[in-house]
Amino acid sequence: MSRPDDVPTPDADAPAALDPAVTDAVEHAVEDEVRAAVRQAVSVSVATGLYGISFGALSVVAGLDLAQTMALSLLLFSGGSQFALIGVVGAGGAPVAAVATAGFLGVRNALYGAQLGPLLALRSWHKVVAAQFTIDESTAVATAQRSRRAVRAGFWWTGIGIFVLWNAMTLAGALAGDALGDPRAWGLDAAAAAAFLGLLWPRLASRAMRATAAAAVVVAAALVPFAPGGVPVLAAAVVAIVIGQVDARRRVRRPTGAEPGVRPGEESR
Amino acid sequence: MTSATVWVVVLAASALCFALKLAGHLVPEHWLADERVSRTAALVTAALLAALVTVQTVGDGQALVVDARLPALAVAAVALALRAPFIVVVVLAAVTAAGLRALGWG
Repeated sequence: MSRPDDVPTPDADAPAALDPAVTDAVEHAVEDEVRAAVRQAVSVSVATGLYGISFGALSVVAGLDLAQTMALSLLLFSGGSQFALIGVVGAGGAPVAAVATAGFLGVRNALYGAQLGPLLALRSWHKVVAAQFTIDESTAVATAQRSRRAVRAGFWWTGIGIFVLWNAMTLAGALAGDALGDPRAWGLDAAAAAAFLGLLWPRLASRAMRATAAAAVVVAAALVPFAPGGVPVLAAAVVAIVIGQVDARRRVRRPTGAEPGVRPGEESR
Repeated sequence: MTSATVWVVVLAASALCFALKLAGHLVPEHWLADERVSRTAALVTAALLAALVTVQTVGDGQALVVDARLPALAVAAVALALRAPFIVVVVLAAVTAAGLRALGWG
């Protein structure tokens, strides 16, 4: 995803002396790509937005009120961090653990922003707006496009589309969650586990990722009986950092052992 | 947590996560281009999600328990392996757990 040759060339870069028929064809191709990007953005938005209903329901079940639940979807707006935060709150974890877990899961968005910066080439205050819409899906759709116009269309349509639907569905879920009664009878606790698994699944493409995930499962399960809520999850992050350092050192020593690279993103929420 | 504490958590986490998003857009590209940084960040994300799956599936406060959530997660895994859409995966897991509990197990 971060190959330098992925950087789209600005539309204006087309040589001026080009045959008008060729310029026309290029323009049509870009139009087609923009339309395809928008279509992709809409389908991703609908799928992800719908899932906001389970976030809303689980959040009120975890003990947050309607306003707090909406604040998370409006202000935090990052699925993994939102689910993690309500998970720690629901488990009676420490406030610091809740913020730290959400923050750790949000680190990947910084990497997405760094990747998107040169592709979107936005003016400074536009960057502030774009930052809020920088999530897994908008990055995945944007970086899959070739021309700058399609990159921008993919990013804004996906980001804003998900934002609108995610918040509407969060509201619906939070209102429904209040009326549900016992969340376990509806399997909502299992739904939360499945949601995390769905986020994890596309990331398990490489051996290093699978090994790290397995280690995280063992560490988290081992710590649950002894550590306060939130700590087992944070401990798994520490394990991943250690594995990352060891892995990097191993790769320096044996640079030929090229393994499929671990790339952030490229999945859906 | 009291309601006021939850508000502090919600707002602090929101500010932190927005700062992270914005930082990515503002830092010079080469800072985060280091492969080791992006690899480690990807590993951390996977580890956090795997740990969250674990705690959410077999955790019950400070206890480890096997209940309807575990078969529900297995169903979700099969659905994911069959490339089912996200929302279908989540609903299947909920239906499995709810069904098992309606039958009196877990």
